[in-house]
Amino acid sequence: MAAEHEQHPLFLPLVFVGGLIFGFGLGFSHMAQPEVVLNFLQFEDFGLLFVMFGAAVVTGITFFGVKQFRSEAPLTGAIYGRRLKTLDTNVVIGGGIFGVGWGLSGICPGAAYASLGVGNIFILYGIAGMFVGAYVQGYWRSVRTESESPAAAAD
Amino acid sequence: MTATLIVAMFAELFPNGISHYVIGGLLVGLGVAVIYLGTGIPAGASTFLESTLSYGSSLARFERYRTSRDWRVVFTLGIVAGAAVYALTFQSGLLSSGLQPGATTGELREVGGVTIWLTEVQPWRLFLGGILIGIGTRLGKGCTSGHGVCGVGSASGASFVGVTTFLLVAIGVAQLVAATGVNP
Repeated sequence: MAAEHEQHPLFLPLVFVGGLIFGFGLGFSHMAQPEVVLNFLQFEDFGLLFVMFGAAVVTGITFFGVKQFRSEAPLTGAIYGRRLKTLDTNVVIGGGIFGVGWGLSGICPGAAYASLGVGNIFILYGIAGMFVGAYVQGYWRSVRTESESPAAAAD
Repeated sequence: MTATLIVAMFAELFPNGISHYVIGGLLVGLGVAVIYLGTGIPAGASTFLESTLSYGSSLARFERYRTSRDWRVVFTLGIVAGAAVYALTFQSGLLSSGLQPGATTGELREVGGVTIWLTEVQPWRLFLGGILIGIGTRLGKGCTSGHGVCGVGSASGASFVGVTTFLLVAIGVAQLVAATGVNP
């Protein structure tokens, strides 16, 4: 299996530039500050809504608009599609667990990486926790899938 | 009279203004759009946690992300670097704008000519929250960028359910924690 980025020499540079804009946006919008996110969740400053929906509007226009002009992405040949996931109980249970973590800490993955970028070394506690959590669920689900049936690797 | 009321309400809901939130949000969307236009990939931030684990673990759950793990590392490094550009410019005072009010929380500290920002949220909250975020985002198929930005932008039903769930739960938990006197 070839790595996805091996399809075109500009793949990785483009991903880096996209990440750069994304991270700058998180810094500029103060989402890299967990306190600001907690202030939103505690109804003290509703600005976060502008960040999340502002971003979703841009991606929405892009996702739906690009198909009027092209059908395939230039660097991969992939057909432009929407980000659709199957709705099942995992979405609700996982979303609920994420919600507890988000409400407790005021951080989420993208904002945590950006927080490191603005110099917040204490965010490493949060990022370390995220890796621990991702490993725990991965271990548990890998073991469970093997014990059930090897072919039924669920999402 | 009505105008005064609206202004007062606005100041109540958005005590720090909205310009930096709007501009930052549009840039976050633009970052996703740039990657999508070039590659067709709607990039989220939380898959990085599992794909990166595949470098050190051969568990089937992480192996499925092998083909995307390299670019996900690059995406994350880009996010860190982009935020660092913000720190070097606006946060350090090299650039300033009426649209950027500057940090209103945490602690700013000078380190070798650069102003870094440090959180005052307690480490146990970050670590314990992080563990739950690692479990929840992966089980729930996305985080604030995957579901919240890419999924909502795709008008995905699963993402609307995911976002509604984690938003409501997070509001409840944050209010509960604040009510018990933990601050910050």
